[in-house]
Amino acid sequence: MNNTPLVLVAIGVLAVGTFSMRIAGPALRSRFEMPERAQQFLAAAAIVLLTALVATSALTEGHGPAGIARPAGVLFGGILAWRKAPFVLVVVAAAATAAGLRLLGVP
Amino acid sequence: MPMRSIWRTLDRGLARDIGLVCLADSVVGLSYGAISVGGGLPLWVPILLSIVVFAGASQFLFVGIVAAGGSPIAAMAAGLLVNTRHIAFGLAVSDVIGSGWRRWPGSHLMTDENVAFAMGQDELKQRRAAYWAGGIGIFVCWNIGVVIGGLAGSVITDTDVFGLDAAFPAVLLALVLPALRDRSTRTAALAGVVIALIATPFLPAGLPVLLALAGMLFYRAGKPALEDAQNE
Repeated sequence: MNNTPLVLVAIGVLAVGTFSMRIAGPALRSRFEMPERAQQFLAAAAIVLLTALVATSALTEGHGPAGIARPAGVLFGGILAWRKAPFVLVVVAAAATAAGLRLLGVP
Repeated sequence: MPMRSIWRTLDRGLARDIGLVCLADSVVGLSYGAISVGGGLPLWVPILLSIVVFAGASQFLFVGIVAAGGSPIAAMAAGLLVNTRHIAFGLAVSDVIGSGWRRWPGSHLMTDENVAFAMGQDELKQRRAAYWAGGIGIFVCWNIGVVIGGLAGSVITDTDVFGLDAAFPAVLLALVLPALRDRSTRTAALAGVVIALIATPFLPAGLPVLLALAGMLFYRAGKPALEDAQNE
């Protein structure tokens, strides 16, 4: 890395930009009283984003598929969560499934 | 919300769940620090990013591009794109964060994990406690992990060996599942998933997840509780 000032500027802009995006919602909503329906809509939108994040991070790597071990682990964790297993078990089972499959040579 | 009040409100089970996610985040932080330094970046780069940006996916992307000899400006743009989802998160959790000065630290502590923890609670008081405890815990653990990983170098560079790449989607999935029991939300989320997956091969990181918001076209808000009960 031979361009320290430029890297510093890039980190600075990324930090300010990210913080601005984070505080935009709280700053906006402190000025307006949000109707109940709008709040429901925004909560659902956050769930939609998080679910899409689950799908893309479980199934894809870069622009391609993520192999088998990771989706299998997430699926197993998801089934346990759906059956209302304790959170700790869900997380450990997902990780152990993926790690175990990889030990066996599954990509 | 004062610290004491956060700890009083958190029940033990939730505190343990948050602790587990913090622990997992610190291991990912270890790998991020190690990968950055291993890729030839000076130690201050991953550490500074972790403190002032504090958004894992964009940090991995940033150091990946710069360490590979790419332009810092391109790395910055890619990072900003990945972080756009925080706008929607901020709109959803603003009452959870609170008002006045709390908005500043509260907004900086916004991550996928603590937003999901907050959305998973029923009452505002518990949402607040989950959000703040999760945010503070993750911030501390993540940054400690990054420093240790950066100093130790190549100790842990591949967290896939431990299956942590499967643990994080599973964490978020477990946290959003209760909200997906609502049919309208579920329809919108599934549409969003399809859109994001179709878009992934063609668009830069961050944009597919953002496009998933188009799934909200399928959302029908505010059915009265009575009608919901009849549909069950």
